[in-house]
Amino acid sequence: MATPDAQPTEPARWRDLDMLLSRPGNLVAASFDPSPTLRDEIGSFAEVLVVGAGGLGCELLKDLALSGFKNLHVIDMDTIDVSNLNRQFLFRVQDVGKSKAQVAAKRVMERVSGVNIKPHFCRIEDKEIEFYSQFHIIVLGLDSIEARSYINSVACGFLEYDSNDNPIPETAKPMVDGGTEGFKGHARVIIPGTTPCFECNIWLFPPQVKFPLCTLAETPRTAAHCIEYAHLIKWDEVHPGKPFDADDAEHMQWIYSEALKRAELFGISGVTYSLTQGVVKNIIPAIASTNAIISAACALEAFKLFSGCSKTVSNYLTYNGLEGTHIKVTEFVRDKDCLVCGPGTLIELDTSATLSQFIKMLEEHPNLRISKASVTHEGNNLYMQSPEVLEQMTRPNLSVPMFELLKEVPCATVHATGMAENNGKKVSSLRKLRVAFKGVIGDSKMDTTESS
Amino acid sequence: MATAGVVAEPKTKYDRQLRKRVFDGESIVFIILRKSFSFVNLRLVSNVDEGCLGQPRAKSICSFLQELNDAVKAKFVEETPATLIDTNPSFFSQFTVVIATQLPESSLLKLDDICRKADIVLVAARSYGLTGLVRVSVKEHCVIESKPDHFLDDLRLHNPWAELKQFAKSIDINDKDPVVHKHTPYIVILVRLAEKWADAHDGNLPSTRQEKREFKDLIRAHMLNVDEENYKEAVESSYKVSVTPGISDEVRQIIDDNSAEVNSSSSDFWILVAALKEFVANEGNGELPLEGTIPDMTSLTEYYVSLQKIYQAKAEADCLAMEHRVKDTLKRIGRDPDSISRAYIKTFCKNARKLRVCRYRSIEEEFSPIVSEVQRYFTDEDYSYAMNFYILLRAVDRLAANYSRLPGIFDSEIDEDIPRLKTVAASVLSEMGLIGASLSEDLITEMCRFGGAEIHPVAAFIGGVASQEVIKLVTKQFVPLRGTFIFNGIDLKSQVLVL
Repeated sequence: MATPDAQPTEPARWRDLDMLLSRPGNLVAASFDPSPTLRDEIGSFAEVLVVGAGGLGCELLKDLALSGFKNLHVIDMDTIDVSNLNRQFLFRVQDVGKSKAQVAAKRVMERVSGVNIKPHFCRIEDKEIEFYSQFHIIVLGLDSIEARSYINSVACGFLEYDSNDNPIPETAKPMVDGGTEGFKGHARVIIPGTTPCFECNIWLFPPQVKFPLCTLAETPRTAAHCIEYAHLIKWDEVHPGKPFDADDAEHMQWIYSEALKRAELFGISGVTYSLTQGVVKNIIPAIASTNAIISAACALEAFKLFSGCSKTVSNYLTYNGLEGTHIKVTEFVRDKDCLVCGPGTLIELDTSATLSQFIKMLEEHPNLRISKASVTHEGNNLYMQSPEVLEQMTRPNLSVPMFELLKEVPCATVHATGMAENNGKKVSSLRKLRVAFKGVIGDSKMDTTESS
Repeated sequence: MATAGVVAEPKTKYDRQLRKRVFDGESIVFIILRKSFSFVNLRLVSNVDEGCLGQPRAKSICSFLQELNDAVKAKFVEETPATLIDTNPSFFSQFTVVIATQLPESSLLKLDDICRKADIVLVAARSYGLTGLVRVSVKEHCVIESKPDHFLDDLRLHNPWAELKQFAKSIDINDKDPVVHKHTPYIVILVRLAEKWADAHDGNLPSTRQEKREFKDLIRAHMLNVDEENYKEAVESSYKVSVTPGISDEVRQIIDDNSAEVNSSSSDFWILVAALKEFVANEGNGELPLEGTIPDMTSLTEYYVSLQKIYQAKAEADCLAMEHRVKDTLKRIGRDPDSISRAYIKTFCKNARKLRVCRYRSIEEEFSPIVSEVQRYFTDEDYSYAMNFYILLRAVDRLAANYSRLPGIFDSEIDEDIPRLKTVAASVLSEMGLIGASLSEDLITEMCRFGGAEIHPVAAFIGGVASQEVIKLVTKQFVPLRGTFIFNGIDLKSQVLVL
């Protein structure tokens, strides 16, 4: 509206954005420093990671690129499926089977000149923790609670605390998280140490209801019961040792016909092929416009967080489009005892306790229960369960006392990665631990104070 | 895994649900006619996508849209929307929905008038700095499938019909076989125990808090074991026995609406409402047709399937009665008695409790609102920002009409534009009859700072909301936005104003 049809020079191209970034305002962040060069500074300085290149990720990359961010990374382990094409608008039929991250990055770079997007075609757990430390903001466009939980624990792991257990703001790595389901969605800003982290309000994401096996086996009543019977019980009976693959059309067809037989046997109606897919793949209905709304909110918050050109949402937005357009902003509070964004679980050790004994303690600790833990200290591997070469390299440390490994400081912060129970599921988890050695002078001081 | 070059079957491509992706537009009028789209815009691409710089915007958008979905037919008109509105109003009558983006007040008023006369849905969207709005305008939008999120099951436990009572009676709820006992569906338990309760209470069902508590105790007293899931479900669902019989206020209003007095020009929806009114007064005994589905509950398969059939049979009987009433009504008003399909009547009956009628004031009417309502928005902390933005969005157009430019376009004139905008906004307020209402100085300054800038994520948000509403309006499913949605990009606390 404001821009007259102008020559394609850089300043004209970004004139609208520059109005917001170059002019002072009354409703802005305290850190806001308006200037005609602010956009350039953000573009060259800010490193942003987008996690997920699906329905939300495609929108996010486009939105962030058009908001002046120039250095973006995107990580996604998935390849493009035909069923993605209706809403993941960066993908075309000829892209089916290729990496989502790679195609999405390429498409946005073709359309928005000057933006550089680095794709990472891998699992989020495959990256070293240090990979995540290079980003100023991490934006999440995910559909899984486990993946959110993992990234949240990584980002919160960078937060350091001073000797009075107060978070050190400069070490906080902000996140913006979006999620959608049908006509509903949420967008939130997470600043570890200031706002609640994903884990503080994990109760907002109740675990999925599972049917009891006895219902499936003995008293099925609905079409979904018949489908889950074929999927969870009958498949293994008929195909022992052959894993079920939800992406194999023949497998799905088999489940469908078995479910149909069972439904007929019990006089239950409603088993269809599309319902079978929906139940087995746990398909959450996705609508392009809900993704557009939620991604836009996330990109706007990332832009405001970084530039300070306005306030930011505090701290959780929900959108519901089932009846009208309903937007609600809730200010949730931190859980002071959060295992993930808190100062870390305190573990007291005798100076003689070895690394191997320490790992055993993590397994037995009532709040932690981390099995098969790998342990790092300030980026150094103390013990790694995998890959094999690292395991062999670090194995000698197992019999060394922790006190010695931690250079005989009275206390230190270490990170442990392993499998732990979360929301009723065993998932890979990262936990921050404060180790204090009994009887060592000055044991109220944390070594993090030196680095602050 | 499929490989490159595979041709997408339409059904696979849309496996999660049929949907349309609607572009977030830039200063264009954007129109939907079933699966085809037309765009009206004169301006050339000047901004973001360098591949098409200098091309007509409407043309570029058409080609992008077709690239996204080759089943879409997209046409474009190289013309300013304002000119088309002035010179060729009949152009718009070919469309189902017209979406107007970034249209100033004066053109929007005219377009609204054109669309109303032709019964076309108009959706207006505006993106302005960190604010914006989406407004739906149509005389009337009737929804059968409103698909609310949480809605009470239609079990009729407060008023079971003969077949249901008979079935409940055929099952011994005190069966000694523990497997049967813990697999007796809660519907049966509640029908039986409600009857028992009524026998002991002069035919009344539990209504006071104390009685409801005692009723729960009565249910618990029938448990053989503490882990009987069906009894836990019965206790949790015990309130369904005390549901007030009859019809909700919202549906009552629809039945009592003047449009339910039908004639030959009435729509199918209102003819069904007329038939529904008669059904309630006759066969329905004050109740709507039964929905006919039951939720999953702990039960033997056999009992559950029998219950499903009993509910289905009653729903079908109700639907049949409705069908007769519809035919009679059609005959009475001189229409073909078979002109409304069974399938439509069935869907209507199934959703009778969830009917919605949305009526929108015209944009012209909006400009002279009910003063007390608007005053309330100003004083309510949750709405005052939205109300301020609404007034200021109108004021910037007024100012632009006087000065041929939006306030804050030029850095050098911001300081003069702030008091100018304040004066214009004050005149908007007084025209609306809002004497004494004052606007936030901070927001006036912000509006000038925005200078009409189109910030991409804001435009994308507004475009997303507008598309969402269009989907609901075109599919006639779910409930569209009832007023004017005001986006607040400062702290995201956005609101809907009904003006």
